[in-house]
Order: sequence, then structure tokens, then C-alpha cells
Amino acid sequence: MAINTEPVFLNLGPVHPSTHGVFRMRALVDGEVITDIEPVFGYLHRGIEKLAESKSYRQFLPLTDRLDYVSSMNNNMAYVMAVEKLAGIEVPPRAEYIRVIMAELQRIIAHLLAIGSFFNDMGTFFTPFFYMFIQKEKITDLFEMVCGQRLLYNYMRFGGLSHDLPPEFIPALNRFLEEMPSEIKKYERLLAENEIVLARSKNVGVLPREMAINASAAGPVLRASGVKWDIRKDDPYSVYDRFEFDVPTGASGDCYDRYRVRLEELTQSLEIIRQAVAGLPKGKVLNPVPLRLRPPAGEVYSHIEGNKGELGFHVISDGSDKPYRIHVRAPSFINLTALRNMLIGWKLADAIIIFGSIDICLGEVDR
Amino acid sequence: MTVGLDYNRIIDVLPEDLASGAVAFEAHGLVIQPEVLTGIAAFLKTEPGLELDYLCSITGVDCTEYFEVDYLLYSLKLNHRFTLKVRLADRSEPVIPSLTGLWLGAELQEREIYDLLGITFSGHPEMKRIFLWEGFSGHPLRKDYGHGH
Amino acid sequence: MMAELLLLPASIRSELPFGYWWHLLIFGLGIISLLLTSVIIFIWLERRLVGRFQLRHGPNRAGPFGLLQSVADVIKILTKEDIIPSRADKLVFWLAPVIAFTPVVLMLGVVPVADGAMLADLNIGILFVVAVSSITSLGVFMAGWSSYNKYSLLSAMRTVAQLVSYEMPLILSMLGVVILTGSLSLNEIVRAQSIPFILLQPAGFFIFFTASLAEINRTPFDLLEADSELVAGYNIEYSGMKFATFYLTEYCEAIVLSTLTATLFLGGWQGPWLPPVIWLLLKIGLVFCVIVWVRATLPRLRIDQVMGFAWKFLLPLAIFNMLLTSLVVILWPAAPAWASGLLNLGLLASVVVVYAKFFKPGGKTVAA
Repeated sequence: MAINTEPVFLNLGPVHPSTHGVFRMRALVDGEVITDIEPVFGYLHRGIEKLAESKSYRQFLPLTDRLDYVSSMNNNMAYVMAVEKLAGIEVPPRAEYIRVIMAELQRIIAHLLAIGSFFNDMGTFFTPFFYMFIQKEKITDLFEMVCGQRLLYNYMRFGGLSHDLPPEFIPALNRFLEEMPSEIKKYERLLAENEIVLARSKNVGVLPREMAINASAAGPVLRASGVKWDIRKDDPYSVYDRFEFDVPTGASGDCYDRYRVRLEELTQSLEIIRQAVAGLPKGKVLNPVPLRLRPPAGEVYSHIEGNKGELGFHVISDGSDKPYRIHVRAPSFINLTALRNMLIGWKLADAIIIFGSIDICLGEVDR
Repeated sequence: MTVGLDYNRIIDVLPEDLASGAVAFEAHGLVIQPEVLTGIAAFLKTEPGLELDYLCSITGVDCTEYFEVDYLLYSLKLNHRFTLKVRLADRSEPVIPSLTGLWLGAELQEREIYDLLGITFSGHPEMKRIFLWEGFSGHPLRKDYGHGH
Repeated sequence: MMAELLLLPASIRSELPFGYWWHLLIFGLGIISLLLTSVIIFIWLERRLVGRFQLRHGPNRAGPFGLLQSVADVIKILTKEDIIPSRADKLVFWLAPVIAFTPVVLMLGVVPVADGAMLADLNIGILFVVAVSSITSLGVFMAGWSSYNKYSLLSAMRTVAQLVSYEMPLILSMLGVVILTGSLSLNEIVRAQSIPFILLQPAGFFIFFTASLAEINRTPFDLLEADSELVAGYNIEYSGMKFATFYLTEYCEAIVLSTLTATLFLGGWQGPWLPPVIWLLLKIGLVFCVIVWVRATLPRLRIDQVMGFAWKFLLPLAIFNMLLTSLVVILWPAAPAWASGLLNLGLLASVVVVYAKFFKPGGKTVAA
């Protein structure tokens, strides 16, 4: 006897404890299985690219913090590098090294958050999340030492940084570098081989290699699918070419691989910070730059390896003190292109995990 | 180090019918006609030696007399990049062929440009607004938006 | 005086005027009040314990050590408005929490707090527990049906599926204990535990504990009331006191199943120098702490993995356990305790190893 069933429209609504921000997915569900999904964007659209056209270059700098609000140092760095390239501004070597240290510390924070939320979505009731937050608090304290802020730092300036490091920064950083590796081992030991974690995330939400390249995925999502592409290695910027580090890649592109890539990248970031601290030169941290910056007319595209992927700023100048057009190549937004293909065919409970493993930040998706 | 390809190298290997669509050579990229966009993009994607298989970003710009759409292409294997630029003179009904047939990654970015700038991408499977709500009138990123709106 | 009354053996009852009714009154009131009080304490215990697992303090503002936190929560829930959906089936809507809660209290009636001291010394104690525990799933389904909400109905159906699936291993693991004792009466089972049955039946204990975690909808089987599940469970339309009843039911079930575990496997009220009631309470607390420990640590399973675990792993293991226990009792009745315990442990180990070799973890998709 054939049972007559109808697919049901389900709203994984904008206000939801697990969707990492205000993001809505309309899913067509047949029983438990998702047959179609339509992501709805725009709940956090603030028109940052339009605002850029009415602010000067310097006034736009705090707005870049608010793009991916979890990775403010990286956003600052990408924008500042773009404008420096456009205007031909030099950066003192000490500032370059400190920028690298800050960017890598920011990457550690963002990955800890991503991994913690990944386990949270699986239902471990915040326990790994809190364990990782203890380390995140230490890094946030370091940032507070430097620039006084805990979330949106606005630390980098055209031609360097806003403040030099206070004397207590390096000893505190060294203490953190000593205790972090054992913490990473603890996270691995506690949960990486857990049967339930494996059952929920292995071979779940697979993004094949060809589709990852075709869908312009970037960052850990691309690397977990087997593509060894890291801008810090393949198109080095700042002083990254002076550091030795590995680029972890995954094999199959499932949720488990994305988690493992982020876990391994924590170790690599620690390695970079160690080398940067060892080679930190002395000197000033800011080259004088006019307050009303007027870069020559032209355009530039400058990118960095942000923690979610390739973060690029396409800056077009017409010679005045306000940018003509700033376009943000937002990795979270473009990583979501493959969302539909990754979710169809899976069950509802997997949808949250797969979506969480892409690790997006709504500030960047909607700008 | 990612190398920016010289446009001469591209022009030399383009087949005749596609090369005729190249309008101007600029330091930042090759300006082409909208009609040859899909052809040149497909050629660049598959031609051995070029293999620009990664669409990094699509930018839409409102240069006051015309619209411009920039396509930044990468080759992950050969580690070089190239930019294609398309200029649309028709400001009232700008239309450009969509690249979603070649790259899935073009889908959301083209919707964003349609939403904010009003450029229609023909052949896009779902040409509708993405950030602003249905029923919003106007395209905010245009330079003439906001006056008396 | 209360303690002595509790410890009175059954025969004294007949000497008091209306003796039997005094017995029922004292035990009935005692069970209900003890249960409700201990729910408050156990909620506090769980929140503090989970906080410690997460390297933080639990609630510590409301009263010393946060002891009044549950009281504050109860007051908050009682003062909330009781909203009933306009098209809900009102009688069923009202009855559902009652039917979900009552069997839980009934199960405590056959649990001994001392030798012979219980509400009713049924000689079919286990059968009574099994029969009554199934009624809770009826209450759950009534809640889902009467809410007039398709999501709550879907969720209720999944909950009932889970509850019914896990009853089979639960019952079969209890049967292992019954075979060793030779009686269905819970009092006899406790008295037969000169060595606690957890040592003689480790496989049975494992099955019983896991199945009871699933019966009370606790992690790792709590996807039906989880935050990251979209349909928020069968009690989505409930508010106010009715919701509080469902919440209470969940904790009472946890306490009752801890009590059953302590009675069947840990030796009930047996223990040196302390009064038997205290021993029972300590053992209940210990099992509850392990339940909270599991909740704070493990992620949750998906519904198809939950069902697969019940039918493909726990049920065969429970059948093998019963088979092995029966064989040992029949063929080798003079077996020393350590031998039968070791055999049982060997069964558990071999089944786990065989399954690990043949069933790899990993999600399976359904072709759209």
C-alpha cells in the first residue's frame, strides 16, 4: 500500500540558537530528509560597501572590524595592505612582524570558536566550548593589553600600527605559547576519536574537490577538500615568506576533515608566532602618513589568508580622499555557494552540523 | 608567488573570433565585449598552460558613464591570475551573460551585483535580489541612488 | 519515630489499628514528598556539577551556593501564563502531563528502602515496573497529538519510537537479574545481592544504563529536546504549570531510573553502619552523577543512529546476555561469582569488538 506523503516546508529561521548569526534557510523536507534548501541572506546587510563611498579611507578603517566581527585584526590587515599598495606607503619591519603576530593570534581565536561551535552543534552542551574559551580569554587579554579592546580592535593603521607593544606583552605571549600546545593535545585527546563525533561528522556533508574549486570555496573548506592552497604560502604577503610552516589539508572534504584542518592550523599558527617573536626587530611601528590620505587614481586588489578563506579588498580610487569603490571579497559569503549541494540528501539534524562546519560569520556574508 | 599574467600572452593564444572581442588592454586587466565573455572564460578555464579554473571574485563598479564588471580568475595549479573586465554602456538596461554555467561560485556574487547595482545576468538560474527584500525599488550601490529617493 | 516506622517489617502493620492504611499513608506521602524534594535538589546538583565539568561555577547567586536557584525557577514557572492553543484538543492537552507524570511516581512504590519496607511488596515487582513505565510514552504522544502543531506531532512520534525501541533492551537486561535471583520481587532481588549484580552482570548493567538514558531522553539520546534541533519537542505548545510538569517528569524519571539501577545492580539499601535509607540515597545520587557526567561530555546521536543502536546493537546484546545467564544458571549452578561475572564481561567485550570490526561509523545519505 503506497503511503501518500507530502514534503513539508520547514524554516530554519533567522533567530536560532545554532545558526551562528541571523541566517535563514528554507528547507523542503520529506520526512526527515532534506530535498531542497534555499538560503535567505540579508538579515545583517548594513551597506558597508556603500558607506565606504562617503567616508575617507581612514574613516572606513573601523568599519572593516565589523565585517567578520570574530576576526577583526585580519580584516584590518587586509584593508590596510590594500590602501598601502595603492598609495605606495612603506611599513616599518617591526610593524610587519607585529601584524603577523596579531593576525595569527586572531586566527587562533577564530578557529577555537569554530571548533567549539562545531561540538556545540553536535550537542556536547557547551563543555568543549568552555574549555576553548579559557584559551580564547587569554588571547583576548593579550589584545586588551595592546589596544584596549576585546572584540573590535581597529589596531592597524596605514603605515603601521596604532600602538607599540607594551613591555608586559611579550612575556605574557610567551607564557601563552608554552601552555597552548598541551591544550591542543587535550582537545584532540578528548574528542577527536569519539565514536559519536565520528558517526555524526565522518562522510557527512562531503564537498568533493572539483566542486570546491568550481564553487570558489576558500580557506579551511577548500583545504579540507584536498586542495593545497594557502595564500600565506602561495602568494606571500607581509613577511610570511620568512616563516616556516605547514599547510594542513584534508582528504575527503567531510565535516570531520574541516574540523581537523582547523585543529591542525592552530598548531601551525603557534609555530608562526614563535618564529615571529624570535625575529622581532626593534624600531618604530608607524610611518608618518597624511591624515587625509589621497591615493593616486587607480585600482588594486589585495588579499590575505583570513581565517575563513581568502579575504580580499578591491579598492578603486579616483584621486580624492574618499574611495570610489571598495568591494570586499568575503570568504564566508562565497563559501556558502556550495551550501545547497552539501545539504541536499542529508537529514535535518545533519544540516546544522554541515552548516556549522563551513564556519561563516554573518557580518561578512551580508556586509 | 602568484604571477599576474600579461594580457599579450592571452591575446596570442585566443582564437580569432574571441580575440576580436578584446576592446582595450589595461594594466589591471583585459577589457572585452560582453558577447565574448562566456567564450573567453571557457577558453581560459580549459586551455593547457593557462588553466584559470578558480573564479576568485566578481566586482561590479558604477563608473558614472558605464558599468564595469571585473572577473578575477586564478589558476590554483599554475599559480597565476588574470582579470577580465566587461564594460556596459547601457545604463538603463545593463545585461551581461552569466558565468554560472562555468563556475558555480558565480551564482551568489552575480545575484549580489544584480541586487545592488541592477546589472542583469542572462542565463542565471535564480536572478533575484539577495540582500534587500523583494519589492525594494532602486539599486543602492549606483552613484545616482539616494537623491530624492 | 519516622525512621522506626519505615524500618518496621511488614508483619507489624497488622497490629496497629487501621494498620494497613497507616502504612499506605506514610509510604505514599513519603514517596511523593521525597520525590518532589529530591527533584529540587537534583536539579541544583546537576547545574552545579555541569558547571564544574565546564570549569566554571554553577549558579551561586540565589541563596548560599545557589541552593535556592531551583526554587526561584519553580516560582517563575508557576507565575507564567498557561496558554492553550485555540484548536488544541483540550481534554487530551490537559491530561497528557498527568499521564506522563503519574507512572513515574508509581514505579517508586515497589522499590524497597529497607528490608521489607516499601509501599507494596509485590511479588511481581519487576513486571509492575515494566508495565507502568510504558504508560509514559502514551502521555508523550498525547501531548504531541493534542497540540495541533505538525512539528510537535512529528517530534512526539519520534520520541515514542525511541521510547518503544529502548524498552526491549531495558526489559531483557532486567531479566538477567531476575534469572540470577529467581524472583520478580524487588525486595528479593536486593536481598539476593550479597555481591552487587553489577559485578555479576556487567553487560546487563551496561545495557540497562544505556537503555534508561534513552528512556529518559538524556544525552546522548536527547535530540528530541535539544537546542540545535529545530522542532523543539513534543512540549512546544505547553507553558506554565503543564510545562513544569513535563520538566518535572524528566527529572523524576532520571531519579526513578537511578533508583532502579541502584536497586537492581548496586545492592539497593545494603551497606555497613549507615541506615539503609541513607545508603539507597547515596547510591541514587551516585548514579545520577554519572548520568550528569555523560550529559556534560558526550555529543548526541541522530535519530536513525539512535534507532540503529537500539535494534542492531543493544537488543542482540541483551538477548545474548539473557541466554548466557540462563545457561550458566542451569548448567553450572555452583559457579563461583567471579566466574559468572567474568563470563558476562567477556560477552560484552566480544560483542563490542565484533561490532567495531564490522560496523564503521559515518553518516549515510539518502539519494534525493
